[in-house]
Amino acid sequence: MNLKALGQDKTCTTVLIVLAAVTFVIPFCNLVYPADSPLHFSAYTVSVLGKYLTFALLGLSLDLVWGYCGILALGHGAFFALGGYAMGMYLMRQIGTRGVYGDPLLPDFMVFLNWKELPWYWLGFDHFWFALLMVLLAPGALAFVFGWLAFRSRVTGVYLSIITQALTYALLLAFFRNEMGFGGNNGLTDFKEIAGFNIQSEAVRAVLLMLSGITLISVFLLCRWLVNTKLGRVVTAIRAQESRVRFLGYRVEMFKLWIFVFAAMLAGVAGALYVPQVGIINPSEFSPLNSLEIVVWVAMGGRGTLYGAIIGAVLVNYSKTVLTGLMPEIWLFALGAVFIVVTLLLPDGIVGLLKRRLQEQRA
Amino acid sequence: MNQHTANLSGEDAKDGAGSLLVKGEVDTRHGPILYLEDVSVSFDGFKALNKLSLYIDAGELRCLIGPNGAGKTTLMDVITGKTRPDTGSVFFGQTIDLLQMDEPAIAQAGICRKFQKPSVFDALTVFENLELALKADKRTWPTLFNRLNGEQRDRINEVIETIGLSTGHQLRAGILSHGQKQWLEIGMLLMQEPKVMLVDEPIAGMTHQEVERTAELLLSLQGHRSIVVVEHDMEFVRSIARKVTVLHEGSVLTEGTMDEVQNDPRVIQVYLGG
Amino acid sequence: MKANSLKRYHGLSAVMMLVFSLAIHGDQGVSAQQPLLDALNNLKQGSMPEREKAITQLSGIKHARSLGILQALLDGRLFTLKSDARLVTGTDNHQGYDISDAVSGASLGAVEREAVNKVNLTNKLRVSLRKIIGQLELSADDPAIRLAAVKAMGNEDDENALALLKARAGIEKDETVKQAIKVVFLMRDMNSSDKTVRMEAIDALKEHNSLDVVNRLNAMVEKDESGNYLETDADIRNVAKAALIKINTRLQFYSTIETVFFGLSLGAVLVLAAIGLAITFGVMGVINMAHGELMMLGAYTTYVIQQLMPNYLGVSVLLAIPAAFVISALVGVAIERGIIRFLYGRPLETLLATFGVSLILQQSVRSIFSPLNRSVATPEWMSGSWQINDFLSLTWNRFYILVFCLLVFVLLLQILKHTRLGLEVRAVAQNRNMAKAMGIPTAKVDAMTFGLGSGIAGVAGVALSQITNVGPNLGQAYIVDSFMVVVFGGVGNLLGTLVAGFSLGIANKFLEPFAGAVLAKILVLVFIILFIQKRPRGLFPQKGRAADS
Repeated sequence: MNLKALGQDKTCTTVLIVLAAVTFVIPFCNLVYPADSPLHFSAYTVSVLGKYLTFALLGLSLDLVWGYCGILALGHGAFFALGGYAMGMYLMRQIGTRGVYGDPLLPDFMVFLNWKELPWYWLGFDHFWFALLMVLLAPGALAFVFGWLAFRSRVTGVYLSIITQALTYALLLAFFRNEMGFGGNNGLTDFKEIAGFNIQSEAVRAVLLMLSGITLISVFLLCRWLVNTKLGRVVTAIRAQESRVRFLGYRVEMFKLWIFVFAAMLAGVAGALYVPQVGIINPSEFSPLNSLEIVVWVAMGGRGTLYGAIIGAVLVNYSKTVLTGLMPEIWLFALGAVFIVVTLLLPDGIVGLLKRRLQEQRA
Repeated sequence: MNQHTANLSGEDAKDGAGSLLVKGEVDTRHGPILYLEDVSVSFDGFKALNKLSLYIDAGELRCLIGPNGAGKTTLMDVITGKTRPDTGSVFFGQTIDLLQMDEPAIAQAGICRKFQKPSVFDALTVFENLELALKADKRTWPTLFNRLNGEQRDRINEVIETIGLSTGHQLRAGILSHGQKQWLEIGMLLMQEPKVMLVDEPIAGMTHQEVERTAELLLSLQGHRSIVVVEHDMEFVRSIARKVTVLHEGSVLTEGTMDEVQNDPRVIQVYLGG
Repeated sequence: MKANSLKRYHGLSAVMMLVFSLAIHGDQGVSAQQPLLDALNNLKQGSMPEREKAITQLSGIKHARSLGILQALLDGRLFTLKSDARLVTGTDNHQGYDISDAVSGASLGAVEREAVNKVNLTNKLRVSLRKIIGQLELSADDPAIRLAAVKAMGNEDDENALALLKARAGIEKDETVKQAIKVVFLMRDMNSSDKTVRMEAIDALKEHNSLDVVNRLNAMVEKDESGNYLETDADIRNVAKAALIKINTRLQFYSTIETVFFGLSLGAVLVLAAIGLAITFGVMGVINMAHGELMMLGAYTTYVIQQLMPNYLGVSVLLAIPAAFVISALVGVAIERGIIRFLYGRPLETLLATFGVSLILQQSVRSIFSPLNRSVATPEWMSGSWQINDFLSLTWNRFYILVFCLLVFVLLLQILKHTRLGLEVRAVAQNRNMAKAMGIPTAKVDAMTFGLGSGIAGVAGVALSQITNVGPNLGQAYIVDSFMVVVFGGVGNLLGTLVAGFSLGIANKFLEPFAGAVLAKILVLVFIILFIQKRPRGLFPQKGRAADS
């Protein structure tokens, strides 16, 4: 039933095909063909596409929370950033003695702050598997604690939105502090190696793009399965009438909590894939504006469709790259206008628009 | 199944609320299945319920009437856990303290409700609406891996038949008529196989025929389940009611058969406005 | 022109002398002008005896400038201009001097070092001049100058100064100055060779609020490197310790008052920021994420008005209040009519759309005024602080903002309670359809309400411009906080907003000393997040059927 439904929706199939192409063809062309070949894709293209794919994954995870469960989370970027920091901490430990101060144990910024030993929460991050675990656990745990408190006391609607924003704002302030031990203002950067490979090399870049694509496609299929289970239907019902679902005997807060935690983990994975590709993670990722941008990707693409979030994330970020390249000051005007236009004129986003077009054509 | 229900209700019930005596079973040996005693609810000084006491017997069909603001809907809110009373006690059977439980726990214990405004899930199909209501393990993990078995499918189809929506079971609930939505919600009540059904204004927006069928359905259910119906339509109430309770200003004004109630001078006073 | 008039005065001086001496007991302000000019004339003469005479003359003249001139003379900042021999005061600006006319105080611009001659003094003259200045300051009309003089003289170990102080103590009327003089003598007594005098002095000093005393007493009970007490006499030490305990209790008390004041003033800012939101969010149920940017507009309005009238700083801030109200209100109405009215009943969409507006407003300001912060000057009547005693001083700008906040609050409450608009606003908030049915133009009321809330945001911006930098990010910094205040106080409850704002402000300031500013803020945020879990409807929740919807 799942696959059948997949075949019926043309837009969705197209998105999947394009994703697969980006994932496998572009890294291949980048590595195999020489720079002067027309089939070659530049390292820049590879890294930008890789970034977009992680954003698409992030958008997808928010769509699960917002589009399906109706929770407008304005702090989703915090989970992305936490996943990113977990990966960043691993990459920091991989620098070893190649830092400016050459300390085998302490990252440069700690030496700079005159710290004598590694804080306890940095222990274990020299292992890749541990970092990967933390990529899931750190955002997951935060989402669990926060969601458990919020959903149990039935904080909903705009209240919830605003406290999620306060959450990411508080984290932003906290991560800016040097005392936190996450590099303060500058964050974590100057990475050298990932799992023993040079992080700057083209091959690693291409592999990272491929990994991002594979992750995105598998997560997309997983989410697609999820929303078509009975749990998915319960969640959709919660979005429409939360209290009614309660009277049917479902513990609404548990459903919301698990979706929220699951989405937070996905956002963490997106962050972990993002950091090695851009080479830096700093507290600005926690800024409330970043989280709102994720919302606009999903709104623009069309929420509650999963692939809409992917389309929206790529489209908005592509426009951002183009516009900030041409005229940096125009970007915020454009972003602001997108917020307004989408909410007023395109409540179902681009996907909704395409669907309506198709229906009109058939009629 | 029952064991599981007890576990769930125990989650929020701090002391198990006596349900430990007979696990998950509603103790109705003394007759009533619902005990409400001295229940008061006030909003900003306005007494929505005022020391109300009410007993519903097992298998009984009871009609609640009363003018607007008499406290009918608030009463249902209290029973289903939506509103916490300021004082008083509410027991399900003799052993289960409903005030210690939240809405899902109460629903799983077997008290289900149809709302005044039909509340079905517009985005889901008729079938899916009923599937959600179906009595099953409603925790997250089992829900995720839930697959309908043949028996359950039959049960859903049976209910679809009963509520007369067999032709439209794949339609989205959002496009149903008002009356059809009412029926669908009644269907959802049936799917939950409750011990107590609270039915708030079931026939609003229904055609004459639909009203008759609703009356038939409710009458056929009595004996198996306890049913509390709130309705303004006196003709409908007369057609189904054995016993009628009149609420006024948050307490019980009088109880009796329809004839007794209608001839009670206090009831006339209240309805005609003295 | 100035030089001309000076020359004329020379010629007329004899006649004028006569006239002024007759009038001297009449109007002092006018009468002092001529003697001042005469004295300055003498000062310009080369010989030291002439100068001494001039100084004595000057000290006898009750003129607003005389003290300043003497001080400049003592500091070596009094010059004669080589070009027209006029007396000027100057300040070193590394290349030369920025000079002002000695008589009028009017600025004359910058000159090179070679353009002026310094009016020199002998050591002897300098000593007597210092004495004279002290005397003048001690008898100044302004108690604040007198107090400063007492403190300055107390720190010098100068018999002459002490004699002056002693003389002043007899005639001083102002209680603060009187106490300060007393402290000076008591401090001297602490150095006495007589143990009883010392102990009595310390005992008496414990009733005074003076930081000098605290430092001195602390020094007495401390040990030096080798572990010996600085004060050898154990009895004295014990008295000093007892006195310190007493003083520290008071110090604690005053610092608590100060923290409360800081908290209240921070709270006032929060309330100002949140109160407009309380109307749009609380009364109308509209989430306006551009609220912070409306405040920013108010702050920029203040900046622009100040640029338009740089010479009237004091008035410009007052003018900015209505101007900012109007501008922000107009923008608010435009937002409501253009966007929000299509989104009523869809709070999450409203949130997103208004966030878009906030981005556009921010970027507009950035494009028009540059992304850098603009500084808005504080008018004189708002700067400085209210020095209650050595331990406690309250800054005026924060004080005024506190008062302003309360005024705005009361005014708003009155508008909502006693005007037709207020009645309509409340009616629409409670039951839109019913209000419509009764003929209330709900669309107009929506626009007006939103305009009112936005206008107040603008007014809050004026207040903010006085305590923080005005920049494109001004609004962002306050939006989360303001929402927290509204939510904490209970949506739809203005009094709740007030209480919430002040309590959060005070909590913040009490946490700061222990946790640091950033951590304090985080703690407060976390507290609110936890609080909302416990009481999702805030401190003062709405009850009843309406609350459920």
